[in-house]
Amino acid sequence: MSEITPELVTHLASLSRIDLSPDEIASLTTELGQIVDSIAKVSEVATADVPATSHPIPLTNALRADVVGETLTQEQVLQNAPEQQDGKFVVTAILGEEQ
Amino acid sequence: MAKDKILSFERALELYEPVLGFEVHIELGTKTKMFSSAPNEFGSEPNTNITPVDLGLPGTLPVVNEQAVRYSISLGLALGCEIAETSSFARKNYFYPDMTKNYQITQSDQPIAYDGSVEVELADGTIFHVPIERAHMEEDAGKLTHVGGSAGRIQGASASLVDYNRAGVPLVEIVTRPIFGAEHNAPELAKAYVAVVREIAISLGISEARMERGNLRCDANVSLRPRGQEKLGTRTETKNVNSLRSVERAVRYEIQRQAAILEAGGTITQETRHWHEDTGTTSAGRPKSDADDYRYFPEPDLLPVVPGRELIEQLRSELPEAPAARNRRLKGEWGFTDLEFQDVVNGGLLAEISSTVAAGATAQAARKWWTGEIARIANTQGVDAASLISPENVAATAKLVEAGTLTDKLARQVIEGVIAGEGSPQEVVDARGLAVVSDDGALIAAIDEALAAQPDILEKLREGKVQAAGAVIGAVMKAMKGQADAARVRELLLERAAQA
Repeated sequence: MSEITPELVTHLASLSRIDLSPDEIASLTTELGQIVDSIAKVSEVATADVPATSHPIPLTNALRADVVGETLTQEQVLQNAPEQQDGKFVVTAILGEEQ
Repeated sequence: MAKDKILSFERALELYEPVLGFEVHIELGTKTKMFSSAPNEFGSEPNTNITPVDLGLPGTLPVVNEQAVRYSISLGLALGCEIAETSSFARKNYFYPDMTKNYQITQSDQPIAYDGSVEVELADGTIFHVPIERAHMEEDAGKLTHVGGSAGRIQGASASLVDYNRAGVPLVEIVTRPIFGAEHNAPELAKAYVAVVREIAISLGISEARMERGNLRCDANVSLRPRGQEKLGTRTETKNVNSLRSVERAVRYEIQRQAAILEAGGTITQETRHWHEDTGTTSAGRPKSDADDYRYFPEPDLLPVVPGRELIEQLRSELPEAPAARNRRLKGEWGFTDLEFQDVVNGGLLAEISSTVAAGATAQAARKWWTGEIARIANTQGVDAASLISPENVAATAKLVEAGTLTDKLARQVIEGVIAGEGSPQEVVDARGLAVVSDDGALIAAIDEALAAQPDILEKLREGKVQAAGAVIGAVMKAMKGQADAARVRELLLERAAQA
């Protein structure tokens, strides 16, 4: 059975910075649980010697030469920004996952 | 911000064994980004080094930069790593505005390089082998400037400005395994390890590795365990450590801070901590997410990278000498004492001295100028010595001293002049009129003048009281405004005494 609990959904929502109502948490718990259970069926077929398929086509080494190409202008980059200042996007300050 | 209680470093070490770990990010000096053909340049106008790929716009497809792969393999080899037969990319999901895609392309279970070891030598000659778990390729994030808070720091900021020029710049992240046994050398080992990684990157020519520009960034993991305990303690990860000196200080501080908590019966919270250069302390950041929270999964847009054996062996054959081995060789070639060499290493001046010697100076002269006058000026100005003057100009100055054109005292003024932007050493000599008076006639005239003022000195010299020469030499040097070779003045004076 699914390991999706309301607590887990709440946690995922906070990681994704989505505000969910109690009703939404309840319905998502059920729905996500069903999705996870369905996908878990694949594991019953796949044995340890079947490698995970991340790419359906058997190609490797699609590489690009290190040569500078065309870039966007600053105006183009910022044209959909809700707010901008000094050529930069303005976003709400968040104390969180900084790389 | 509440001030942390800390324990003395000595007491902390008595009670606890420090265990270290490092994550070092190196920005590769490729011409373009990791997955797009946007220029990889520092200091451009905000949001101009950008293609649709870097903004993660719908319908765009990232493509791996071949040069970044080669650089990563070279770095992996220099770190003593195995190179993966098949290396693949993964998405690391997180929601933060430094990435437009809400994920970072990185590597998870198939990094390009793994299982290495780096030799690090400490000041007392102890050699440490720092175990490397992996080195993987990834993309850098955009740069946030926090406004509204104090001094652009994240705490207390009300809004952030985002520049995505850095988003997508190729990075290699080098992850160590836990490092045991450093004991009281832990802070020094931290600094020395990062210095060695930096030297490796520079000697490979894959990165400028300038910490002040963020080309090389270090996250330092520290945990403590009570003496005799097998189980590892809870670790913290200190970020924002942007100089070698800070790495050392941050590790020392975390050892002392954690020891105080543990000794008082408290527990360490697993969290990110921010280093504050000004106060020399760390403060709590976010609680560290579990790896699960990033929900890594294979990046479907990118095919695996399978580096051929031939390429790997070619890159292996082109590797420069390892820093530790090179240091041993140079120390012998230059004939420096342990102390002299340590001074050079601590000052980060190996490359400068090598280049100065290559430009024709003797090793001792190169060392003397770089660790002496130039380091002094650099300290006063709070900058790197290397940024002040070129090795060629130092060598040119040293050669003028060797040729007798300059005394050491005059040469110091020449160095000052070159640093002040007055031109080449020869130009400074000409403009400031600094050359040594080598005209014996002028020197003899000055000697005669000095002797006329102190007639008894000739007598003393003839009686063998050589120390009497000092007064005359001093007077001549003064008359020549210091621009005479004191040894030559002495010779001429003694000749004079012998003649009459």
